[in-house]
Amino acid sequence: MALLEVNGLKIYFHTRNGLVKAVDDVSFSVDAGETLAIVGESGSGKSVTCYSLLDLLPQPPAVIEAGTALFSGEDLLTCNRERMREIRGNDIAVIFQDPMTSLNPFISIGEQLIEPLIYHRDKARRKDRKTAHRLAVELLDEVGIINPEVRFDSFPHEFSGGMRQRVMIAMALINKPRLLICDEPTTALDVTIQAQILALIKKLQKTRDVAVIFISHDLGVVAGIADKVMVMCDGTIRESGDTARIFYNSENDYTRKLLAAIPEGAKVLPSRAVHNTPLVRVRDLNTYFRDASKAHSSTQYIKAVDGVSLDIQRGEILGLVGESGSGKSTLGRSILQLVPTTAGTVTFDDTVLGDLKPEQLVPWRRRMQMIFQDPYASLNPRMTVYETLAEPLLYHHLANSKTIDQQVRQLMDDVGLAHSQMRKYPHEFSGGQRQRIAIGRAIATKPELIIADEPVSALDVTIQAQILELILTLVERHNLTMLFISHDLSVVRYISDRVMVMNRGQIVECGETESVWANPQQEYTRQLLRAIPLADPNQERLRIGNI
Amino acid sequence: MLRFALNRLLQAIPVLLIVISATFLLVHSAPGGPFSADKAVPPEVIKALEAQYNLDQPLWQQYVSYLSDVVRGDFGPSFKYSGRSVNELIAAGLPATAELALYAMLVALIIGISAGVAAAMRPNTLQDYLPMSAAMIGICMPSFLFGPLMVLVFGIHLEWLPVSGWGDMPGDKILPSITLGTGYAAYIARLSRGGMLEVLSQDYIRTARAKGLSEPLIIIKHALRGGLIPVVAFLGPAFAGLLGGSFVVETIFQIPGLGRFYVQAAFNRDYTMILGMTIFFATLIILFNLLSDMLAIWLNPKLRHQAGGRD
Amino acid sequence: MPQDNRHHKDTQGTSLWRDAWVKLCKNYLALFGLAVLSLLCLVSLLTPWIAPYGYEEQNLLIGASGPSLQHWLGTDIFGRDMLTRIMYGGRVSLTVGFIATAVALLIGVLWGAVAGYVGGRTDALMMRIVDIMYALPFMIFIVLLMVVLGRNILLLFLAIGAVEWLTMARIVRSQVMALRKQEFVEAAHSLGLSQWTIIRRHIIPNTLGPVIVYTTLTIPNVMLLEAFLSFLGLGIQPPQSSWGLLINYGVETMEEYPWLLIFPGIALSLTLFALNFVGDGLRDALDPRTSKD
Repeated sequence: MALLEVNGLKIYFHTRNGLVKAVDDVSFSVDAGETLAIVGESGSGKSVTCYSLLDLLPQPPAVIEAGTALFSGEDLLTCNRERMREIRGNDIAVIFQDPMTSLNPFISIGEQLIEPLIYHRDKARRKDRKTAHRLAVELLDEVGIINPEVRFDSFPHEFSGGMRQRVMIAMALINKPRLLICDEPTTALDVTIQAQILALIKKLQKTRDVAVIFISHDLGVVAGIADKVMVMCDGTIRESGDTARIFYNSENDYTRKLLAAIPEGAKVLPSRAVHNTPLVRVRDLNTYFRDASKAHSSTQYIKAVDGVSLDIQRGEILGLVGESGSGKSTLGRSILQLVPTTAGTVTFDDTVLGDLKPEQLVPWRRRMQMIFQDPYASLNPRMTVYETLAEPLLYHHLANSKTIDQQVRQLMDDVGLAHSQMRKYPHEFSGGQRQRIAIGRAIATKPELIIADEPVSALDVTIQAQILELILTLVERHNLTMLFISHDLSVVRYISDRVMVMNRGQIVECGETESVWANPQQEYTRQLLRAIPLADPNQERLRIGNI
Repeated sequence: MLRFALNRLLQAIPVLLIVISATFLLVHSAPGGPFSADKAVPPEVIKALEAQYNLDQPLWQQYVSYLSDVVRGDFGPSFKYSGRSVNELIAAGLPATAELALYAMLVALIIGISAGVAAAMRPNTLQDYLPMSAAMIGICMPSFLFGPLMVLVFGIHLEWLPVSGWGDMPGDKILPSITLGTGYAAYIARLSRGGMLEVLSQDYIRTARAKGLSEPLIIIKHALRGGLIPVVAFLGPAFAGLLGGSFVVETIFQIPGLGRFYVQAAFNRDYTMILGMTIFFATLIILFNLLSDMLAIWLNPKLRHQAGGRD
Repeated sequence: MPQDNRHHKDTQGTSLWRDAWVKLCKNYLALFGLAVLSLLCLVSLLTPWIAPYGYEEQNLLIGASGPSLQHWLGTDIFGRDMLTRIMYGGRVSLTVGFIATAVALLIGVLWGAVAGYVGGRTDALMMRIVDIMYALPFMIFIVLLMVVLGRNILLLFLAIGAVEWLTMARIVRSQVMALRKQEFVEAAHSLGLSQWTIIRRHIIPNTLGPVIVYTTLTIPNVMLLEAFLSFLGLGIQPPQSSWGLLINYGVETMEEYPWLLIFPGIALSLTLFALNFVGDGLRDALDPRTSKD
């Protein structure tokens, strides 16, 4: 008998805007010690499915309409509250996506860790504080927390994201559950940390013989750790089967679309870089911020950009990779003079931008534009698409009242939006469509340089592929030069001619994309490249085994 | 933490100085002297009185001497109650007002927090609507209306409780305390509901549920601390409000407390009394603001570390 | 060409304002509040023409009398019609409420917007001043002011407005600060838009929601403060009247003539209810968090 057997599960959300079939007739099973990956884009119902097993869905609006979920023969969906409390944390444990918000900031991590032990519903299995403390320290050590005895009394804000996720894992495992649900446990983490956490989960799964349900939007992440894969979309199962079959011999269109959407390999189009005078020259650029947490001492600065020099050739796409906090976004903004720089020069088309007064900068602003990460925050919620796209055109006198309608339509064509949506507001669009609007705004003034700051990181993988295509097309069509900033190495490789690796405010390595990939010169670059998950089970298993 | 408190206390000194100066100037720029009231007094008597209270000196001299008195904790003599100092009057009124404020605060906290937490536990059900409607009534029914209505119903109509006095008859403290506390109970109920709803929607509450903790434990151990921070931050302003409210409540129930003295002093144009009591109230309020801020910081480990980290 | 015509039938989007309005229309309490409020404003405007009796018209023969056909809400001890007095009192109370709120709005929005937008040292200094003023015992200050400078209604507006602007300034500042960091404002900067254009087109429209909500919730606070002062005899002075003053008179005689307390009390409470319902309704309707799902 399978450890968990879900049959005909239906969960509907009864919202103000009508019925949403979040999960619609889903069946699957997990054997003891097995790892099942549930993969799907946002809104596919993958998290809802798993939360329903532990009665963690807000009801209402969610209603479990039908189905059974037998865990060792017992139906989780119908068991009473008290029984559910026994199962939670003891038999089935969960690791959540965002380690920053999933730990209680008011309670020390040690106290949070021992709670499942000291408040155990089963009095016989309840531990006293001393035993619990000892067990917790041992487990902290096992998940890789250095100096666990001391760290036991620390609060969550004293840990980094990766360390918090380790604490979360320890917390989930403390009662030796038989099933562990991991809900996108690495999505909020940097790629090197992601690799460590994946390896840790895999190791613990083996040593403790626990079954795992691993939820992810990223097929690449699950390739190395899953025994079985289930692909979900719009609340239904599109395909499920052995990992190898799903990756190598999928019969389903949607699965194939997902696989195809994973950016892989080098840039297809040849570089269009013109090698005479570079469009942008940056020399010894420093951008420091005052450290708010040390506001009282005047010498404490965060060196976001620390002595950076670079050239961007006309017509090239320069990729800039780095982990969170590496200063890559600040570098982009510094080039555009959107943040005050501390020292150094930025030269655009032979003009030193830092010498210009804000008013003098205006004509230059027309020639360089930015695309932002968050399509929800980068559009004014109170302006229609038309207003958003018309604003730069009218402001820079690139259109008059007669031509403006036509030009806005042209822009909408360019970025693939239907004309009929011209009078709509941002909140009426999906994330991908919003990003199209934002791109339309950026190219409206026919700029020469575009700085794209993580333009696809907030998007689902299939949408991400579409937006990447759009960016490549527009670069060709409008003869753009681009600085493409991303934390995702595969995306950067897929789109850029040349790549720069940034760490702690400095450029670590710079070169032609393919030569950097083939032959990285710096240890940090090698570390980054090693950490990329591969959407190929055989290679990925080898890779994880090596970490 | 200690350094934070000292820092804030130091910052309070200029604030107090502003209060003293502004009050002093206001009082002394008032049209008509303190003795120009009711009946005609011979000019030589006024002269003598002014000399007695130093009013014949230039303003800045009066200011300096008043300031040095205040620093030594001496608010000077009362204009109206001859022979009694402002200090004596404050000392006479303080016990009743302090007791009233304490009871009212207890009423406000106990009713407010339990109603707010209960409402937040089951939002958009009867358990939410009932206390929140009551809170809305509490907010829209000011104490000077609520108090008399209570007197009308429980004092005059039902004759259950005495309608005036403080400590003279058993049960005469009940109506004033409830009258003063109700409005704040309503505010606190709304604040704690909002704070609890915010916290209960956090990811870490879901984590606690997924660990198999019981609902009461989740509420008490995981949610209350964060959920009640808005209430704690409100304690300082609430205390200031209670002092203001005591003007009305002590007037309605004829309680010999600071509030009633203050209103009487206002009507009698007893300037030294007004001046002294204003400064006294301001000091109290600043002190309570500091206490409530410190409590809010102490409750939040992140802020606690920052405040303590500079030691 | 026929196809060109089709463009003019573009799908009209729903703006967030429209969205909020639709949501507000589903909130019956808020609609009720809005209706009561409109009625009150209308009555207050027309009082001199529609009041059943003269404001000072005494009828010592009847003295205090309960509600009757001639005097719907009874008469006070001088035989003056209570309905008339409540209507005139409402005029004063509402005027104080609106004007003092307008004062608070003006100072608060300007102060908060400048502090939030300029930032840096200016912001630190401006907000320090707000912090200091917060620590002052304002209720006591106003009492003092009324005592010392006489019971002047204009002064009352200013004094109350001067207290209430602090919170408004804080709200506006935090809004502006948050907006300034938003990517769409950064995008506007990178387009080279002038400061003024950015403020006008991108900042102001997005701060309006919270400002409207807080304004609606300030009016009842102000009215309460006025009534409080009038009740103590430190606010509105006879022969003018306000609800606080009427309640004060009502308390003096409540044992014999309870309606003299109850009717002005109902008038005040009902207005406060209406304003709070509208404010809460607006907050729910304009809250971006509730508009996303």
